[in-house]
Amino acid sequence: MQIIKPEEVLSEYYPPLSDHEALVEANRCLYCYDAPCTHACPTHIDIPGFIKKIATGNLVGSARTILQANLMGATCARVCPVEELCEGACVLGAEHRPIMIGRLQRYATDYVYQRGIDVFKPGAPTGKKVAVIGAGPAGLTCAGELAKLGHSVTVFEKRALPNGLSTYGIIVLREPTEVALAEAEMVKRLGVEIRTQVELGRNLSWEEVRAGFDAVFLSVGLGAVPSLGVPGEELIVDGLGYIETSKMKPGALPVGREVVVVGAGNTAIDCATIAKRLGAERVTIVYRRTQKEMTAYPHEYEFAKKEGIEFRFLTQPVEVLSEGGRVTGLKCVRMQLGAPDASGRPAPKPLPGSEFVLSCDLVVKAIGQERPSLAKLLGLETEEGFIKVNDEYETNLPGVYAGGDCIRARGSASTVMAVQDGKLAAFAIHRRLAGSLGAAAD
Amino acid sequence: MADLSINFAGIKSPNPFWLASAPPTNSGAQVHRAFEHGWGGAVWKTIGAPVLNVSNRYGAWHYGGQKMLAINNVELISDRPLEDNLREIRDVKRHWPDRAVIVSAMVESTPEAWRDIVLRIEDTGADGIELNYGCPHGMSERGMGSAVGQVPEYCQQITGWVMDVAKIPVIVKLTPNVASVVPPARAALAAGANALSLINTINSIIGVDLDTLEITPSIGGKGGHGGYAGPAVKPIALHLLSSLGVDPVVKQSGVPISGMGGITTWKDAAEFLLLGATSLQVCTAVMHYGFRIIEDLCDGLSAWMDAKGFRTISEVVGQSLPRISDFNDFDLSFRAVARIDPDRCIRCNLCYVACNDAAHQCIDLVDGSGQVVPPFRYDVHSNGKHEAVSTRPRPVVRENDCVGCRLCYNVCPVEGCIEMVEVPSGRPSITWDQLTQARPEVGTDWEAMQRYREEVGIEIH
Repeated sequence: MQIIKPEEVLSEYYPPLSDHEALVEANRCLYCYDAPCTHACPTHIDIPGFIKKIATGNLVGSARTILQANLMGATCARVCPVEELCEGACVLGAEHRPIMIGRLQRYATDYVYQRGIDVFKPGAPTGKKVAVIGAGPAGLTCAGELAKLGHSVTVFEKRALPNGLSTYGIIVLREPTEVALAEAEMVKRLGVEIRTQVELGRNLSWEEVRAGFDAVFLSVGLGAVPSLGVPGEELIVDGLGYIETSKMKPGALPVGREVVVVGAGNTAIDCATIAKRLGAERVTIVYRRTQKEMTAYPHEYEFAKKEGIEFRFLTQPVEVLSEGGRVTGLKCVRMQLGAPDASGRPAPKPLPGSEFVLSCDLVVKAIGQERPSLAKLLGLETEEGFIKVNDEYETNLPGVYAGGDCIRARGSASTVMAVQDGKLAAFAIHRRLAGSLGAAAD
Repeated sequence: MADLSINFAGIKSPNPFWLASAPPTNSGAQVHRAFEHGWGGAVWKTIGAPVLNVSNRYGAWHYGGQKMLAINNVELISDRPLEDNLREIRDVKRHWPDRAVIVSAMVESTPEAWRDIVLRIEDTGADGIELNYGCPHGMSERGMGSAVGQVPEYCQQITGWVMDVAKIPVIVKLTPNVASVVPPARAALAAGANALSLINTINSIIGVDLDTLEITPSIGGKGGHGGYAGPAVKPIALHLLSSLGVDPVVKQSGVPISGMGGITTWKDAAEFLLLGATSLQVCTAVMHYGFRIIEDLCDGLSAWMDAKGFRTISEVVGQSLPRISDFNDFDLSFRAVARIDPDRCIRCNLCYVACNDAAHQCIDLVDGSGQVVPPFRYDVHSNGKHEAVSTRPRPVVRENDCVGCRLCYNVCPVEGCIEMVEVPSGRPSITWDQLTQARPEVGTDWEAMQRYREEVGIEIH
């Protein structure tokens, strides 16, 4: 029998670019003016600029160009859906192949992280204090940018480790955990204090936060995976938890012989990928709509198919079948698409009498996350359940800002969007604080 | 199929491609191998005065990921014993009667030394002698090489000594390290040289090591000027070649010219032929890729000649020389404007920034509705490929303002995307010489120039 070592099969998918590969690729970049890749990047990294610096051998400068626009540049280099963003907009894509922007970005950022080079320094102290709730990409970015501007920042994180989904929710195949943790360390070296295992409403009171800080940034992410509402639900494994175990305790990960993953977003594909790589014979993704409506990126869908993952579209689970507490199958019903629902997508409706059973011994659900619960707790105005902010990322409470997935009422949640929120919110907070200092703001 | 054979001052070869006098022709074994690959001839690495070489003798200039756009060297003439060279030359010529074997020579500047070397070369059965008046390093410090080539009187005197004894064709190889190659060329012809060749290498320092601050390459901590060659020198070589081709004295002499300096592909070769070279010498491209490049040099040149209807090399030689002119004779009424093909344009907008920052500000960025827009106008919240691509403005030339400078054409990375289109200027044809003969004040007085411009309708803003 073949022995599967998780640290091997789940290790980072793309190898680092060699110096030679990076140089050849960097020299292929046309150095477009007002480049479309930069426009397409939510953080608007000066991509031709950083690539040119790789070509000239100025790697520290290249990393600085990246991190100036995107403090989580090492994560984004790995997890960004570059096909939909920078690389998708590359002018060379039409008739040739786009520049490997993501991998070049990784090359430059790895260069400074591997050598312990800090490209930024903390700013001159302003005496102002900012609290950041949640140490995910939005929170860490906001904290880092504020520290660069001289503010004293404390980040409160409920988990044991910082950097949110980059640490816990992205499979190692895409991003090794150490990369996410190195980014948090870099932010710490800018003078930011990260207090982990501190949760608002549990061991940290809102009053404490409001009284102790001049401004607050909420970057609390989203809530739990919602319930499917089917009998036997308690036997279903939560997708984000599944990914977390694959990173923190890969040996303890339950791997079935036949695995069904419910949902067709990128998390679902990640769950299916690790199950398959860890030895599941058959991994099936079930989704109640069609390929057209699924939220996984097209390149992720292609990737999954190459990994050998099967897809059952227009299929909805109705019951988890079990024997003696062990899953034996997932009873599903065939669906058909009807009139558009509230999301504008055609509403799937069950086809009566079309029930069937997918034999399996593990069911994982990855059907999105619930809206942030914090909004109600703090009495914040919401928009479709997400925290409502104005153009300056400020909530209805003056001095309280928010960003990241918790405000993502529109558009899809992603690390890079969270970073842009964190950065722009930091500038807005700085303008507010600098105003009260009587100094010119950025 | 085109006939590639040449007869160069009586030296015959099956194709015009000769290895230049350089490291690739350092030994009989190399020249044998080159001939097996199909080279038409070889100019043996210069023999003559005794020398000692150093390590790290080749430097190179690399750019944009391209290796060896130019090479620089401080290698001297052959450091192998004279007798070995002469024996191998004799042997190669005996084995390859149909190929051109030419021996480059350089000795101290005495009639005896030159007489001796010429006789010894002739004794090998070689087809010709090339006098190395070009080497710009090492030998020049000893009063040889470019030290001769830079002084027309020396050229003439030494060529005279050689011509007194030589029975086989003598080619004088010229140095580019002069203000004009015409005086040394004329001097060589005055002494009876049978042919000319150019260019030898250009004096250069290849660079400085940014870690050690030493000159590149470092020769035991020191460095100095060396001879520069390779693709980067081709335009200089073409200019010097054509300057001989249009010189009335050289032209009247009817001597053939062997052209070299950066020839890497058959296209380069064709250009040298069109500007007056009869034989072509190659070194750096062989130093980079080996003798095998001869196959495409011949194949590509032959195909091009067939396509153009040239049957022989002599039909090609000098075909473009009549078009060599100078600024004073250019038609000032000629007007061309840049036109960008929107279907080919990939919107890299390199033409826009080049025109706007460095030329004449006549390319606009235009959005989908035809509005002129500034660059970087998108909102900070904007993102994604669809938005970036669909809202991306495209460059459009304001033809009325375009001076036709051709910078955008040169920077455009897409073949055939920007065209320089000739447009009627509405002005009568006139050259600067004609204009300033008719109205000398136009060349000396700005007000007169303004009046002239208003008369003929030239507006520069």
